[in-house]
Amino acid sequence: MQEPLFGSVDEVVERLAGAGYLASTAVATTVFLADRLGKPLLVEGPAGVGKTELARALASATGSELVRLQCYEGIDESRALYEWNHAKQLLRITAARDEQWQETRDHVFSEEFLLPRPLLTAIRNPDPTVLLIDETDKSDVEMEGLLLEVLGDFQVTVPELGTITAARRPFVLLTSNATRELSEALKRRCLFLHLDFPTPELERDIVTLQVPGLDATLADSLVCVVGALRELDLRKAPSIAESIDWARTLLALGADRLDEQVVQSSLGVILKYQADHRRAAAELRLDRLLDPASP
Amino acid sequence: MTTEALPGRLVDFVGALRERGIPVGPGETVDAAAAVDVLGLADRDQLREALASTVLRRSGQRGVFDAVFDLYFPVAVGSVESAGEPPSDVFELRDALVAALAEGDEARLRALAASGVEAFGRYGNAGNGGSGGAGDTGASGSGSRLSGWSAYQTLGEVRPEALLARVLAAMRTARPEDGPLGEALAERQARSRIAGFRERVQAEARRRTAELRGRERIASHAVAPQTELVTFTSATSEQFTAMRRTVQPLSRKLATRLSSRRKKARRGQIDLRRTLRRSLGTGGVPMRPALRNRRPGRPELVVLCDMSGSVAGFAQFTLLLTQALSDQFSKIRSFAFVGLTDEITHLVSAGRDEPEGLAARILSQARVTRWGMSSDYGESLGSFVEGWEDVLGPRTSVLVLGDGRTNFGDPNLEALRRIADRARHVYWLNPEAERFWGTGDSAALRYAELVPMHECRNIRQLSQLVTELLPT
Repeated sequence: MQEPLFGSVDEVVERLAGAGYLASTAVATTVFLADRLGKPLLVEGPAGVGKTELARALASATGSELVRLQCYEGIDESRALYEWNHAKQLLRITAARDEQWQETRDHVFSEEFLLPRPLLTAIRNPDPTVLLIDETDKSDVEMEGLLLEVLGDFQVTVPELGTITAARRPFVLLTSNATRELSEALKRRCLFLHLDFPTPELERDIVTLQVPGLDATLADSLVCVVGALRELDLRKAPSIAESIDWARTLLALGADRLDEQVVQSSLGVILKYQADHRRAAAELRLDRLLDPASP
Repeated sequence: MTTEALPGRLVDFVGALRERGIPVGPGETVDAAAAVDVLGLADRDQLREALASTVLRRSGQRGVFDAVFDLYFPVAVGSVESAGEPPSDVFELRDALVAALAEGDEARLRALAASGVEAFGRYGNAGNGGSGGAGDTGASGSGSRLSGWSAYQTLGEVRPEALLARVLAAMRTARPEDGPLGEALAERQARSRIAGFRERVQAEARRRTAELRGRERIASHAVAPQTELVTFTSATSEQFTAMRRTVQPLSRKLATRLSSRRKKARRGQIDLRRTLRRSLGTGGVPMRPALRNRRPGRPELVVLCDMSGSVAGFAQFTLLLTQALSDQFSKIRSFAFVGLTDEITHLVSAGRDEPEGLAARILSQARVTRWGMSSDYGESLGSFVEGWEDVLGPRTSVLVLGDGRTNFGDPNLEALRRIADRARHVYWLNPEAERFWGTGDSAALRYAELVPMHECRNIRQLSQLVTELLPT
């Protein structure tokens, strides 16, 4: 058993905060458990709640190297695990024409011609590593089978080289937007964390941390408006990143308080659909500005 | 709780989750125990998160989990030591509640919920006086013992909804310079706090009752089921709101499932001409076979739904779902009926931006009945065939939504047979349990002889059916 990264849940909160990530109890507890139990952590949630950011903060808080595997439709072993460098192998064979076949064969299938992809890189790394497998739901079902093998035993078999076992277990973080149900087998091997939009208090802290110049009362009302917008059943709810963008915009505009005029003119920063815009304006009573006759 | 009792408690807890439809295997239970072992029991919030991360696998399960967790790992035993003096009567409690709601003071709200249940929630022991004004003296008779704590009774006495105006006034005095935006925000905030207070009272009443009557019993009927498993015909309006929220994510999930199936179906037949053409590059040896591009068939969909009474909620949900899936079809046309059939395609597509009042708009703007609100299947199917037979064709799939209860009228099997003859597929989705088909005025079994009929009682069944039925 290797040395755990964290001593207690509070330490997780503290060190993540040091890396610029404010973690809720849920996040801190699951991260702590994932580290202690040596299990991968599956983070699921809507876009823009800081799933990828968590991995980045973890890496910088623990001084680990971040290895990222971005999943997409059609990703396969040669993109995720390893590949032989064919061009270089051919070059080597043509360069040594008069060599014996036996010798050449042994040579071209050696470390030198292996191109490690993220999974193999993470497993072979002797230093602490955070392996981020991003948007797992975008990959095909076959890819999940491969992940099962790698995440189950933390070892990879390359037929020509033999089995490579992890020198040091990486901290594995999988993210998913839940566009597809991941297989039960994969979920069973992971700890599950559903990451939702943060509580108003936490979001205010995040915004003030990221945009230091922002006035405290302005931050309060900003978080309040964003929270109200998220409850509205919009096509695209504003994410944390968008609240931060909005805070920056307000700062640039020099607004000192949030009134109808300011919200109306800068709403485009957080809402990206026309229908959402109309809806928000109606619900937040911004339209009264345009029509002063109404009560 | 002693440490020895913990494994037993954990197993009971997992058992309760399974009964509520959350599949938890023994492997997960072992993980949960390992997590507890690492964390200890000192911090209840951490314990909750630790158990959630080890036993849950899906995000929709959290509500059920939280309720069951509160029963099996309660905050405290007995009445809660509330902050400050407990209020003596309902007026004092409501005054305190207004102040707490206006400030959004979480701890105070929790204490008030607890003392509210303590004061007004007990039922079954009128003899045990001194507690506020729980007005059920008649029901329980001569000094019978305490049989439970009722959230319903507490909320009936406190009536937090009626406090909205007072809370708003209090918030306005606290921040007088707010414009209409500030007021709109304050109103939302007040509403959500009141809803939060209701939930606290319910959780508190469950906890107290569980102490009294055994937690297995309470867990089996007092914890609301997951949204996915709520039956359409008995859902409350809050549950429908929760269901509507799932339409978008569900449709996305279904669309990926459908399109991945389509992609798989594309593998197969070899395109000989292109393979030969390609083989010229490798000296006539067909190294890389070219596959024929199959044009993905985008079927036309016709949804024909009963909008009467209890079936309306189901129909409305399904309409919204098919609308959200519209890019999977070349064309969707929707029809509604009660006593007559009318086309509602334009109403449904307008309903995308504003799904709340869809049913009401359909009933007021479309001509779905001659008189009354009881469904007439015979007349409705007949008028559909008469007026819109041309929408059916060899590429059309028809979904009929309804319980097939004809109010003892003529089921008009002939009309359904004509629909089935003209369309490519007809499926009937029935929100009633299969064992009730054909009972009373239900003609479900007679319709089922003509077209395949499927039981479709909750979102889980519906989404399963949608992926199975829709042709690729």
